[in-house]
Amino acid sequence: MSNELLISLILLIPLLVAGAVLALNSIPDVREAATLVGAGALFILCTVLAIRTGSGQEIALESPDIALGLTFAFKLEPLGAMFAMIASGLWILNSLYSIGYMRGSRERNQTRFYVCFGLALFGAMGVAMAGNLFTLFVFYEVLTLSTYPLVAHKGDENARRGARIYLLTLLGTSIGFLLMAVVWTFAIAGNLDFVEGGLLAGKVGPALGSVLLLLFAFGVGKAALMPFHFWLPNAMVAPTPVSALLHAVAVVKAGVFTILKVSVYIFGLDLLSALPGTEIVMWVGCFTIVVASLIALTKDNLKARLAYSTVSQLSYVTVGAMLANTAGASGAALQIAMHAMAKITLFMCAGAIYVATGKTEISQMRGLGRRMPIVFTCFLIASLSIIGVPPLGGSWAKYELMQGAVDADHIYVVYVLIASTLLNVAYLLPIALLGLMPPNADTLEVAGFKRPGGAPFLTVLPLAITATGCFVLFFGVDVISDFISPVFGARP
Amino acid sequence: MLIDVLSLLPESWVRHLPVLVVLGPMLLSPICAAMPKWRIAWALALFGIITSSVFAFALLQDVMAHGRVSYALGGWAPPLGIEFAADMLNAPVLVLVSVIGVLATIFAMPTIVQDINEEKRSLFLSAYLLCFAGLMGVAITGDAFNLFVFLEISSISTYVLVAIGGSRDRRAFTAAYNYLIMGSLGATFYVIGIGFLYAATGTLNMADMASRIPEVADSKTIHAGFAFIVAGLALKAAMFPLHQWLPNAYTYSPSFVTVFLSATATKVAFYALVRLLFSVFSPELEFQQVVFTWVLAPMAAVAAIACSFQAVFQTNIKRMLAYSSVAQVGYMLMGLSLASAAGLSASMFHMINHALMKGALFMAVAGVVMSLGSSQLKDFAGVARKAPWTATALGISALSLVGVPLTAGFLSKVALFQAALMQDWWWAVVVLAISSVLAVLYVGRMLETVFFKTPGPAQLQVKEAPLMLLIPLWVLALGSIYFGLDASFITSLTDGAANVAFSGGQP
Repeated sequence: MSNELLISLILLIPLLVAGAVLALNSIPDVREAATLVGAGALFILCTVLAIRTGSGQEIALESPDIALGLTFAFKLEPLGAMFAMIASGLWILNSLYSIGYMRGSRERNQTRFYVCFGLALFGAMGVAMAGNLFTLFVFYEVLTLSTYPLVAHKGDENARRGARIYLLTLLGTSIGFLLMAVVWTFAIAGNLDFVEGGLLAGKVGPALGSVLLLLFAFGVGKAALMPFHFWLPNAMVAPTPVSALLHAVAVVKAGVFTILKVSVYIFGLDLLSALPGTEIVMWVGCFTIVVASLIALTKDNLKARLAYSTVSQLSYVTVGAMLANTAGASGAALQIAMHAMAKITLFMCAGAIYVATGKTEISQMRGLGRRMPIVFTCFLIASLSIIGVPPLGGSWAKYELMQGAVDADHIYVVYVLIASTLLNVAYLLPIALLGLMPPNADTLEVAGFKRPGGAPFLTVLPLAITATGCFVLFFGVDVISDFISPVFGARP
Repeated sequence: MLIDVLSLLPESWVRHLPVLVVLGPMLLSPICAAMPKWRIAWALALFGIITSSVFAFALLQDVMAHGRVSYALGGWAPPLGIEFAADMLNAPVLVLVSVIGVLATIFAMPTIVQDINEEKRSLFLSAYLLCFAGLMGVAITGDAFNLFVFLEISSISTYVLVAIGGSRDRRAFTAAYNYLIMGSLGATFYVIGIGFLYAATGTLNMADMASRIPEVADSKTIHAGFAFIVAGLALKAAMFPLHQWLPNAYTYSPSFVTVFLSATATKVAFYALVRLLFSVFSPELEFQQVVFTWVLAPMAAVAAIACSFQAVFQTNIKRMLAYSSVAQVGYMLMGLSLASAAGLSASMFHMINHALMKGALFMAVAGVVMSLGSSQLKDFAGVARKAPWTATALGISALSLVGVPLTAGFLSKVALFQAALMQDWWWAVVVLAISSVLAVLYVGRMLETVFFKTPGPAQLQVKEAPLMLLIPLWVLALGSIYFGLDASFITSLTDGAANVAFSGGQP
């Protein structure tokens, strides 16, 4: 298979899935099979893509000029290949989970749900493979728009309100800031290609570069830097599979991926480390890490707490990119992978608990672990990975980030990471421990299953797999670091 | 992308193309009025406008291949006789107006049945043909006074078209009356301005005028003429703050009229403004630069923000879109006032895109109103459930209005941004960005209502729009997508137009 065909297929498959789901509306079993087959095929193709990228092949595809010298271009590099693999691989597990969840809680409009999921994956693949900033921007917006119906899925006033905030924040920041940054970059550099060593390197002074960097950092609303983070907690009105795949993996990771990609290929780490604006973005990132963790502590709703945890963890990536050195940036890249695996597990657990018992508040979950041991054990494992306890994947990302902070002589970042770790312990561990503790002394009764038989098998299997994945990532980290090292290798 | 229409036409027709684009509809207009059966009148109108659009395409190809085409009306050679002249600046406008005209005429079939009393339909179509011919005339003529004549032909018939809405909603009468007063003021200003120019230059032919103006450019006469012309045409083009006639006219006229006017009338007036500013006057004139920088650009900025803001608070969906139109005219004026080739090209690009999306939006709204009977936003709750095709086309065009990637509106907005950045007009980029965010607000509110609100009993009675409405609607909506993926055709036209404006068509 030629590389061009490979790229086309990876873009095409999610669209085909969306089309097939729409056509198979009336036969739910076949409809779900279409999603699964598509997700499987996509993952295989993404793996092939990653292997070819790893072997140093040039994988690119470019359309003719569409207007004004802009083109749709796709060009693979290790970061994008990694993102594509994460998104497509977790799509398989999440589809299994969605089937269990959506049927288990008897959601309406399931066809629309799966169609939009396909479109969202189309957006994520486009973001991952984008070869220039224009293409990246276009698919970034595809991702925003295709996930809006998913957030508004329930259709009641609450869901519509959450979805409104979601759309307005993401579209507003991207049109207000990001688009401006993109066009400005275009005006300065004359093109929008991702260039090794940075497109803007040597073309902007410290002041202009800083302004551009701030426009990029706040324009990418999906990276959830404060004060543009509130869309994420509001997006939690969506059904849990959406929160799991999109708001722990595809959408938010597309955001920080964009930040990382812009840092490496538009600014270049050399230019970045010389800009005063970098420091500002780093402060905002550190502030977000700590404050979002503190807010998470106050939340009793499980999904809200996880959402704030995500806000905090996303800023790890932003901060890592802003450290502008090899260890920092590769720590940021590792964080994308590690956090994805752990956070999707946490959300799937939250969803499984909801389907089985209807509980959403942490205080009501006391003792539930006795009834749902697998779910709560997996929750514990994923929590530990986020905290950064070996032998779980998350520990490597944190280690690399701290290394990067020391290399860059930003000791306060190390303190922020330590503080964040302690806060992680404080807001994540009690959930699992509370669940595994004996039931409340007053009631002496564990909440019963709302759904006969507890969580459906299809909701438990995927989260068990991803929890195992957290271990695998710890031992397999060398493969990933070797894979992504060429990205930052240009620097001594 | 074009089939070669030119070679299909007989040689003797090709020579007369400039006049043919106007002639058909104009001659058919009185015949339509006499038709006892309105369906025959409709067929005649459709026929007339289709021929017009074929000629317009042929003319465009002729201009693309051979450059400027000049036609002496009645055989009297310009500058004394009236000249019809086609170049890259107006040939695309002719194509745009006539293509929109064809689609609007198809759209007219189901909607006028509902909006207009049987005995008036033939007369209505006659007025419509006259209006169309007038707009084409404005676009094709090379004579400044003749432009006034065609402007009045189209305007007076427009007042009639708007007023016909009065049989269903009496507020259409006041809207039409208001429009009549304002429109006549605009036309009078324009003709006064032409009078001044004639006094100073002794000619009415635009090309001739352009060559004589530089010698006398510093006279008070020219300055006064310039001011009158800009004010008059700006009123017709609904430039802020001369736009007051527009929201009511769009809201209360029959849906067909709203669709047609929003996609053509202001666009043609905008073209006339461009023609006068760039190929009669010149952006190099000192007083014109002053007006660009201190009048047009600030007004454009205020329009883009204030009218978008007003759109956010409208409860009537047609009125909301009308305010959005005024804001979008602000975008076009912003590009124009950059006084650069890139700015003008971006302006024209946005003008074409805006015609596609606004035409489609008003069509889709009309499609829902047909079975709903109300154009209040709150009554649109969840209509997507019963009319998915209409609603989807509405959604696509609305996204193009916001400037979402993969739609044409995005590319023209990027073009405008880029043109402004080339001039270092940062504030203009900020203004357009704020306006776009406001567009997200009002468009988001509309889409949320249409797609996600729970429909009430009245909304469940909504039916899908008839096929005759869906076809033109989807042609426009798909156009917005197609040109969002590959706009090289439009940009080649608009670049050509900017080239004409700035270097007189020399490559």
